[in-house]
Amino acid sequence: MFDGARPQPPAGPLAAEAAWKPTLRRAGVLLVLGLAWEGYGRWIDNDLVFPTLSATLAAFWRLTISGELPARALASLEVLALGYGAGLALATLLVLLAVASRFGSELLATLTAMFNPLPAIALLPLALLWFGLGTPSLVFVITHSVLWAVALNAHAGVQAIPPTLRRVGENLGLRGWRLTLRILLPAALPAVIAGLKIGWAFAWRTLIAAELVFGTTSRSGGLGWFIFERRNNLQIDEVFAGLLAVIAIGLVVEGVVFRTIEARTIRRWGLQR
Amino acid sequence: MLSPLLALKEVSVHFGTANRPVTAVENVSFSLSEGERLVLVGPSGCGKSTLLATVGGFLRPSAGHVLLDGVPVRRPGPDRMMVFQEFDQLLPWKSVAANIAYPLRLAGVTREVASARAEALIHQVGLTGFGDAFPHMLSGGMKMRVAIARALAAPPRLLLMDEPFAALDALTRRRMQEELLRLWHEHVFTLLFVTHSIEEAVLLGSRILVLSPHPGRVQAVLEVPEDRAARAALQADLHRLLLPEPADV
Repeated sequence: MFDGARPQPPAGPLAAEAAWKPTLRRAGVLLVLGLAWEGYGRWIDNDLVFPTLSATLAAFWRLTISGELPARALASLEVLALGYGAGLALATLLVLLAVASRFGSELLATLTAMFNPLPAIALLPLALLWFGLGTPSLVFVITHSVLWAVALNAHAGVQAIPPTLRRVGENLGLRGWRLTLRILLPAALPAVIAGLKIGWAFAWRTLIAAELVFGTTSRSGGLGWFIFERRNNLQIDEVFAGLLAVIAIGLVVEGVVFRTIEARTIRRWGLQR
Repeated sequence: MLSPLLALKEVSVHFGTANRPVTAVENVSFSLSEGERLVLVGPSGCGKSTLLATVGGFLRPSAGHVLLDGVPVRRPGPDRMMVFQEFDQLLPWKSVAANIAYPLRLAGVTREVASARAEALIHQVGLTGFGDAFPHMLSGGMKMRVAIARALAAPPRLLLMDEPFAALDALTRRRMQEELLRLWHEHVFTLLFVTHSIEEAVLLGSRILVLSPHPGRVQAVLEVPEDRAARAALQADLHRLLLPEPADV
């Protein structure tokens, strides 16, 4: 009865095989890199310069079991959550203003043009002057690193909404807040999520860097401070373990958290392939 | 005689700047009574889509009045559901069933009643089994069926269609035209339909309003007869009216 149904996305054994192969390739690449690391480490045979993979993993395991690494990671993530949250709240406010009025739109464009190219870490000296040594300074620079990327992307997303979709919303009697929330936000979601991902990457980098540069910003200290500390103690295997933790957290947030959000929303809706 | 459902009184629409004004529609008047199928036909640039957008409330007339049940149209609303030409008019984040049920949900109908009604409409437009599919999985013709079902879900006072079948292939277009007529017999809605196809106008309309271009003015209003031969004659008349040279087919 229906006309020319488009072929459904391939399913079954073929798709399973296609999804399985890249994973195998990725594992192969990791194996080669790991072997190279281990080999090089053994060859120079100097734990103070370049510990082997096995020594790094051992340190990572030891620090995880002792609870030190998870505690440091948690400290970093707490600060990050504060800054990320504040950045999101401000970005939401700016974008809503931009959607609502010409002035808001111009304001957002000007602010992002000014502050987006400014590395967040460059504001740290100023932040320390204003907020002192401690979490508020870190939160300030993280907020700065998140805000502009998210606002810029979300606004671009709203502007790229097909006019037909907006008219459909108006046709259904939606206006103002209801139109924004029910039509514009979901329609702009691909760009919003892209902004959130970029914001996350900026924030994570900025935080670790800030902790490294001005390490003693909080009592317990996060992963960046941990890395700095261990380097001073010449416990290089633990420095490597700390770096591994930074990478691992980055991968988990990118590959699990954001991927899940994407799969449940924009990929399910066909807004992203 | 009853007062008309829709009345346009000397409607003009201008675009552009004060220096270079463009008149899209000039001094158009017509009315539409309940259950009628009025087709606006004319070459591109005759302002037929502009006229439809004005009735939809998306544009304000520069002069004149658009009255729905005697009340001036000020803004878009669900009492005048519009079916657009574009395939991206469905909400991609809602399933087929949810798209169709959405106008009912917004009108305050309970979830159960709305989904029952959506299910019935899905069946009527020949998409049984596709209720849970998302719009991106559908072909162009199927998307158009969903859009029509959604427009009929909370019965509007007036159904507006802006060249809805223009982007479909010839076979699908033909089938959709017949199904629209079948739906009209089932639901008896009032239809304002825009097309540039003479064949489509004669097939779908109970009355045809011919617009001339630059600016859009009413050129002729024609009743569509039931009789087959008379329809063919009307089609030939329309061809002569709209095409300066006789079409050599």
